[in-house]
Amino acid sequence: MPERIATIASRSGLHARPAALFAEAAGDVGVEVTIAMQGEPADEALDASSILSLMTLGAAKGDVVVLRAEGDGADAALDSLVKLLETDLDAE
Amino acid sequence: MQNFPGVGVSPGRIIGTVRQMPKPISEPPAGEQLSAGTSAEDATAALKAASQAVHDELKARAAHATGDGKAVLEATALMAKDTMLIKGAAKLVARGLSTERAIWESGSSVSEMLHNLGGYMAERATDVLDVRARIVAALRGVPAPGIPTSSTPFVLVAEDLAPADTATLDPNKVLALVTAGGGPQSHTAIIARSLGLPAVVAAVGVDDLADGTEVYVDGAAGNITAEPDDSLRAAADAWAATASLLAEFSGTGTTADGHLVPLLANVGGGKDAEAAAKLGAQGVGLFRTEFCFLERDSEPSVEEQAAAYKSVFDAFPGKKVVLRTLDAGADKPLPFLTDSTEPNPALGVRGYRTDFTTPGVLDRQLEAIALAEQQSEADVWVMAPMISTAEEAARFASMCADAGIKTPGVMVEVPSAALTAEAILREVGFASLGTNDLTQYAMAADRQLGPLANLNTPWQPAVLRLVGLTVEGSRAEGHNKPVGVCGEAAADPALAVVLTGLGVTTLSMTARSLAAVAAVLKTVTLAEAQQLAKLALSAPSATEARAWVREKLPVLEELGL
Repeated sequence: MPERIATIASRSGLHARPAALFAEAAGDVGVEVTIAMQGEPADEALDASSILSLMTLGAAKGDVVVLRAEGDGADAALDSLVKLLETDLDAE
Repeated sequence: MQNFPGVGVSPGRIIGTVRQMPKPISEPPAGEQLSAGTSAEDATAALKAASQAVHDELKARAAHATGDGKAVLEATALMAKDTMLIKGAAKLVARGLSTERAIWESGSSVSEMLHNLGGYMAERATDVLDVRARIVAALRGVPAPGIPTSSTPFVLVAEDLAPADTATLDPNKVLALVTAGGGPQSHTAIIARSLGLPAVVAAVGVDDLADGTEVYVDGAAGNITAEPDDSLRAAADAWAATASLLAEFSGTGTTADGHLVPLLANVGGGKDAEAAAKLGAQGVGLFRTEFCFLERDSEPSVEEQAAAYKSVFDAFPGKKVVLRTLDAGADKPLPFLTDSTEPNPALGVRGYRTDFTTPGVLDRQLEAIALAEQQSEADVWVMAPMISTAEEAARFASMCADAGIKTPGVMVEVPSAALTAEAILREVGFASLGTNDLTQYAMAADRQLGPLANLNTPWQPAVLRLVGLTVEGSRAEGHNKPVGVCGEAAADPALAVVLTGLGVTTLSMTARSLAAVAAVLKTVTLAEAQQLAKLALSAPSATEARAWVREKLPVLEELGL
């Protein structure tokens, strides 16, 4: 299964506005994407398009997360989402 | 013409059509099952459709919002179709629960989980409950909870408004506020005065008025009349003409014979302070610093606090700014300072008392105030809320001295402080009466409760006597230390006259009330104000105290106040 590693760049972590922007983007990529903290088992990964799941993940700035997806377009989807996580969304 | 008497809390006479605030969504009964003949698949599809509809509606509202409001609406819209929430509900539907009950329970468990995570997540827990109520409303086909949206301005009628409702209230769309419950010190009353909207609370029966009914609202007399006649139309027109006259304050509060009563503003931050300065406020009589702390899960740094304080000081160079130290607790909980499990928070560790349980926060706040003062030109006075004894006053004064603050003072909100004002004022430089809490504590009546509205008014002769005792205490102390009023009482022009007569030296209020208070004050001499104060003190009830004083102030009727 394709997966990517990303470091959270937003100052407030994956909370509030950054979480909303990321969840919305993850819901729009057309494949199911999961997110987990690095080192957590893959079967405990959460739905990346769920803002509530992202909030419970509690990822802070500098934390490393793993994104996973399967199917057509998975690689392109993961690349675009990694880019989003590695942007400071609070600065926009 | 049907008449609904209530308690007037913000003056103004207007005519408009009623829009009822939808009733809160009731909890679907525990164990409620899917109706026979509905398959789990169909029910789940209906649930998803409802969640999508709520998402779309919130998203559309977000498109018209700006700033923080927009961000909150966008996040809330996403929650409405969140997989965690909806899958949780779908599982319960598969086990036979009704869609309404399923989303209710799923929302509860998600909200509880966020609550337990604390901090920012805990604050979002209520958003989940709001989304849940909206989805249940969509499933039931009833209006969503919250302030109705309308293209034309309307009179908002509700059982009572919560602080969260008032935050989303658009003053350009709402002509007046009318509630069946709530008291004179409720959030509805406070927000109405700050927005300058006429408001009547505790008007029993108004929640039965149909949407679209035309009503006349008199926010001074405390009356609502359905289907008004021509004389009421004329009254509303006359108010519209005088309202513009009451918008301007010359910048000097005085009686007819030149006894000066500086009129100050109550503010919560820099923006408020700038607006108050534009409206002519002679300074700030109450700077509520907790607004810099609210929605925080940890204490702001000294530098961050100093910057926030400076923004208020800078709006009033060379003028007095009275800052109240952190007043957390009771209706303003702060996770790092107050214990939310207290059985009786109004009588709990709140205000100055949080220094008993969490020492250090107050010292750092005083340090930040001193820092901000050094960088500004305002005349900074600092007072502690919820002081009960002279011993506490002395300790606060020494903390201020240690921080380099020159003018320490106390709030008089606890009746014991009014009764021992002489001893307390020996320790500090001034006192300021917080009439909202003083009334609540003197009358043992919760500020927010509609059924206690008649007890909960600063017109109560007992409350006026406590004001008088505080002034007498200051005189007995011998140094003429100032005694101001910074509660909502100061914004009532008739009461402002009585307070002046009782010997109060300054009046601080929401900036919108300055012009009306000044207009009435300048029609009486100090001796007349003293007579009116005696009259009010001699009244057997709050109702008579108010009626007797108002009768002697015909200017109130002329101005529609």
